[in-house]
Amino acid sequence: MPKTMFEKIWNLHLVHEQDGNSIIYIDRHLVHEVTSPQAFEGLRLAGRRVLHPEATFAVPDHNIPTVNQDQPISDPISALQVETLRQNCKEFGITLFDLGDERSGIVHVMGPEQGLTLPGSTIVCGDSHTATHGAFGSLAFGIGTSEVEHVLATQTLQQKKPKTMLVQVEGVLSETVTPKDIILAIIGKIGIAGGSGCVIEYAGETIRSMTMEGRMTLCNMTIEAGARAGMVAPDEKTFEYFKNKPMSPKGDNWEKALSSWKKLPSDPDAEFDITVKLNANDVLPQVTWGTNPGMVTDINSKIPDPENIQNPGITRALEYMGLVADQAITDIHLDRVFIGSCTNSRIEDLRSVAEFVKGRQVNEHVSAMIVPGRVLKQKRKGSVVFLKLLGSNGALKQDVLCV
Amino acid sequence: MEAFNTLSGITVPFDKINVDTDQIIPKQFLKKIERTGFGIHLFHDWRYIDDEGTKSNSEFILNYPRYQGSQILLTGDNFGCGSSREHAPWALQDYGFKCIISSRFADIFFNNCRKNGILAVVLQAEEVQALFKEVEANEGCLLTVDLPQQTVCSPGGNKFSFEIDSFAKDCLLEGLDDIGWTLQFEDKIQDYERQARSQKPWLFFDL
Repeated sequence: MPKTMFEKIWNLHLVHEQDGNSIIYIDRHLVHEVTSPQAFEGLRLAGRRVLHPEATFAVPDHNIPTVNQDQPISDPISALQVETLRQNCKEFGITLFDLGDERSGIVHVMGPEQGLTLPGSTIVCGDSHTATHGAFGSLAFGIGTSEVEHVLATQTLQQKKPKTMLVQVEGVLSETVTPKDIILAIIGKIGIAGGSGCVIEYAGETIRSMTMEGRMTLCNMTIEAGARAGMVAPDEKTFEYFKNKPMSPKGDNWEKALSSWKKLPSDPDAEFDITVKLNANDVLPQVTWGTNPGMVTDINSKIPDPENIQNPGITRALEYMGLVADQAITDIHLDRVFIGSCTNSRIEDLRSVAEFVKGRQVNEHVSAMIVPGRVLKQKRKGSVVFLKLLGSNGALKQDVLCV
Repeated sequence: MEAFNTLSGITVPFDKINVDTDQIIPKQFLKKIERTGFGIHLFHDWRYIDDEGTKSNSEFILNYPRYQGSQILLTGDNFGCGSSREHAPWALQDYGFKCIISSRFADIFFNNCRKNGILAVVLQAEEVQALFKEVEANEGCLLTVDLPQQTVCSPGGNKFSFEIDSFAKDCLLEGLDDIGWTLQFEDKIQDYERQARSQKPWLFFDL
């Protein structure tokens, strides 16, 4: 029977199934300082150990300052959380990419760059945007603190099998339309709860043409569509990405992995519970004007009139944002520009910003901030130049932080 | 996780409806790095008359001398609504409660109780009212909650049955939290690993 990529990965990780409750094996577990302390404490109280310390990797990335990361943390609660992560990693034998380590950074940027994320694998982290890793053909999702403890103790999770949704995007992206515009257009179409209970697979010509970083942005924001996880079938671009990553398979293992990864894409006749289609040729740059990502329209549109939509949430959102019905999007005054977060802080994102701002200055009425997704940047050929360029344009560049 | 079988305990008749998790454990106490030690902050805003929590409010029912050492919380409809914070059952448990009786619980809170070994018993509203009356009228009244029989009995002769799904009942009776439940299948996890190590060796760093 034809299978979707999700079903193939699910079946390959199914340890046991009973009364609709499935035990799924977890290949990679990423932890950070905010959602892990109680999980480690739970293990200690129950006298349990970490079953596979070598499959868990830790990085402090949530509750840390974005300036002067080489200095001791001045906020006592943040300092305690980071120190607790260090102690827990030491006690349970877990690898930590600490502040100052060139491999550290936002957990969802670090994982793929180190080759920890791999096609066909299951990846979890106590953070909803873990869905990012699905860009590489893995099944990746966020979990709660009790589940972090569950994975540490058993290397598995209890799950109810989710439904499947196919989002098919055809057409060509114009120069000013990015993968983030595509995912916002999808959210605008299906709503912020449109993906509830589903794992979404993104497919079609437009998705194939995206870079790995673009696919990461797409899968990252799957959470904003209410879905559990998003994924893109691995292809030659994916395989090329993992060649020679520090922890990706080497030699014979590379060949074996490659032949297994090539079998992952959904079978041509596989059935999804829900199918959604989008034509990328119709998508213009998207602007979210309200208080949730479903309140979105394109750059040439106007703010909607609540009178015509009958949604009390829209009236409240417009009041909060200080916007009025029928105002043109291009007439909205900008206060702040932020470039960062686990959605858009990768080196490729910064490179396109650098190209855009070259020879221009930040307007004196606008505050601009850039928070790169990881520290490795300084070591990359050519990267120093454009970071300097960003700095000289009046934008405030800060150290790494997950937001 | 501690097993729950049969419990006879001092019962606090806490007659309030729609008690949300921020009332159970206010947000300012969520910054801790432990899951223990939340008991002193339980119902903070009602239990203390100062923000620091040093002066106890003698008019709050939990502070009455007759309810000290209580293990059963008898409470009003829709208990545990609001934020999903797992700190709420952690605080109730740390204080000493092992069982909560109400006519309705919020979904997430109900599941979080089970994950932490607290028995949340749902009775009919009129049954809860009958228990309120009896417990308030009789100092030292011990209710008996029998999980195997699925009953709540009082010294005055009230005996009420409650429903519980078999998975939750087994977990509580055996003292199995979700980890405990999964570890029953440890041999299957090992079988899986043996197979996966030969088929997907690149995923195992210890090979």
